Amino acid sequence: MKPEIKTGSHALMHALLEEGVETIFGYPGGAIIPVFDALYDYHDRVKYVLTRHEQGAAHAAEGYARVSGKVGVAIVTSGPAATNTITGIADAMLDNTPIVVITGQVGSSLLGTDAFQETDVISITQPITKWSYQIRRAEDVAWAVSRAFYIARSGRPGPVVLDFTKDAQLGKAEFKYEPCNFIRSYLPYPDLQIESIEAAAAIINGAKKPLAIVGQGVVLGSAEKELVAMLEKADIPAACTLLGLSAISSEHPLFKGMVGMHGNLGPNIKTNDCDVLIAIGMRFDDRVTGDLKTYAKQAKIIHFDIDPAEINKNVKVDVSVLGDVKESIPAITAKLNKANHQAWKDEFLPYEEKEYNAVIKKELTSSEGKIKMGEVIRKVSEATNNQAVCVTDVGQNQMMGARYFKYKNTRSLITSGGLGTMGFGLPAAIGAKFGAPNRTVCCFVGDGGIQMTIQEFGTIMQEKLGVKLIILNNNFLGMVRQWQEMFQNERYSSTPMQNPNFVAIAQAYNIESRLVTKHTDLDEAIADMLSDDRPYVLVVDVEQNGMVYPMIPAGTCVTNVLLGDE
Amino acid sequence: MEKKLYTVTVFSENQVGLLNQITIIFTRRSINIETLSVSPSALPGIHKFTITCYTDKDMIVKVVKQIDKRIDVLKSYYNVDEELVHQEIALYKISSKKILARGIMEDLIRKHNMQVLELNEHYVVFQKTGHHAETQALFDELQTSTGVLQFIRSGRVAITKSKIERLSDMLAYMEEKQKQQSK
Repeated sequence: MKPEIKTGSHALMHALLEEGVETIFGYPGGAIIPVFDALYDYHDRVKYVLTRHEQGAAHAAEGYARVSGKVGVAIVTSGPAATNTITGIADAMLDNTPIVVITGQVGSSLLGTDAFQETDVISITQPITKWSYQIRRAEDVAWAVSRAFYIARSGRPGPVVLDFTKDAQLGKAEFKYEPCNFIRSYLPYPDLQIESIEAAAAIINGAKKPLAIVGQGVVLGSAEKELVAMLEKADIPAACTLLGLSAISSEHPLFKGMVGMHGNLGPNIKTNDCDVLIAIGMRFDDRVTGDLKTYAKQAKIIHFDIDPAEINKNVKVDVSVLGDVKESIPAITAKLNKANHQAWKDEFLPYEEKEYNAVIKKELTSSEGKIKMGEVIRKVSEATNNQAVCVTDVGQNQMMGARYFKYKNTRSLITSGGLGTMGFGLPAAIGAKFGAPNRTVCCFVGDGGIQMTIQEFGTIMQEKLGVKLIILNNNFLGMVRQWQEMFQNERYSSTPMQNPNFVAIAQAYNIESRLVTKHTDLDEAIADMLSDDRPYVLVVDVEQNGMVYPMIPAGTCVTNVLLGDE
Repeated sequence: MEKKLYTVTVFSENQVGLLNQITIIFTRRSINIETLSVSPSALPGIHKFTITCYTDKDMIVKVVKQIDKRIDVLKSYYNVDEELVHQEIALYKISSKKILARGIMEDLIRKHNMQVLELNEHYVVFQKTGHHAETQALFDELQTSTGVLQFIRSGRVAITKSKIERLSDMLAYMEEKQKQQSK
């Protein structure tokens, strides 16, 4: 068969179809007009979502990828549009989210001349992408796109940028698509080493007090079932990192909560008491470990990871198990003895009780005073039978969402973990709803974060998209306020916020909205919000002085857990 | 941990922007690059970077792994001086008048094993190859005796003493992988 002649723009659209792309987020502009013109011919095959800002497009692609496991795609123009996606790209890099961002670029003859809307996108994105490449000729489109998708989704996933010059969009070339599945300089899945499997199994078999810490690697490797089989066979209690949440059901008896700065008391304390720490697809982030000098020094540490650069990066480990968790976990499980660690598991109970009495009870059950964030989140979670996708913004809403939402299914928490991007929530929720149209998507944001990307109300309006947005309004930048109260002598520098009428804004976008200020109205309002699949903005006035506890102050030992007023 | 001079060797595909991808990894960790030399390698299409820097063992291990992680990098590794045959080249431009007036040319050539590349009524250009300390010794001597009009030293080039050829091993391994995959 003779290869067809296509323009670079049509080649791009075709290549995207070849990669199974169904949804594209983006925003048109001068240097990408030929691609959008080609897109016009593909409306029957690809859903195109016009966001209201390019940052929104990048976060939406992330939300789509996080919920579905597929590669998220954003297409924007050059210059300011490309720089507007940078936050989303950096976010995807730190959270290993597979996205491909296609940016327009000035014609190749103008490169380097400070042409209108020219920015050096490749240089800007090199430190924050897995790969970035400039397509300067129409004949390179198929090669670059196939490579981009292979790199984005294989191994440890991440963002890829394709910077597409205008002359390459317009030029014509033969188009022949071959999916990429091999690059000789790139080894996405390191070979399992039998010695390390055996060494790890021997250590786990000898453990009296093992503790597993589960990261997002388990979700990215689709190894949730394999994980649970391992934990159950060797009776290992497990905690999740922020991004590991929902890899295992919140109701599983071996699930002991979240580790880290605002994690649960039990697993944080027990990190420095276990005899074997089994880290699975996590990267010992400073928000998890606190002070490295005092972190799990008593324990033998086993680290499962797909990325050799993560081994011994922050924490020196006794055994590293390199490879795809989908293979390494079952390989180790096969060598594990059945075990029973009842006495060890029981040691978590007093801490659970202590945390419940000191923190959780007040957060969930007080009917006096103003509504609390945790109360709202738990009620929404339960009203969805703990089946919904929880998307959060960043700040107190995020930590409360992680702590009080419950997870039955995997890929149910979408949050900006590594970069901590305020403004992530709303556009990520839009992406998540497109990625999982049959699931309820609940997005918790603060009054600060919502105003960073509030223009995406327009996207919800245009798409009539059934995102359930819950604004937890305390008229403060709550997490910074909390630090100022605790560590800055209550000097509330730049954290009080005078806010607009969020209900009126939502209504101006033709989105149903309602304000709740009283405990007694909450259940009914949530039921109304969830009664069908329409877009909804629920504004809840919450307590101004709310604090997220427990808290391990930054850089201190994981056992230094503050619980607030007892 | 003790800081010492490490030589990082990177083999990469010939892609635009590779040098930037590698140097930003040093920048992020605030490591100064002492010398840098880039050239095509013996294998067509593969480029070789030789970078030296002062740091400690823990850090160089992390840096090399992060370089290795870049998609278009084939192989990256580090060595200490004892594991390498290494060399630098230096050029020195001296006033002819001054050096002739001092009558030290023969002494210098014998002592430093250097070569004369150019000689005219205005200036003379010497070339010396050797380790950093050796090219520096000649510079110091010329600087005090005649003064130096211009001086330039190349980055280090180095070859490992080991019997293992890491790049060839890696390429053979990847070729095997590709064969397995296409089956």
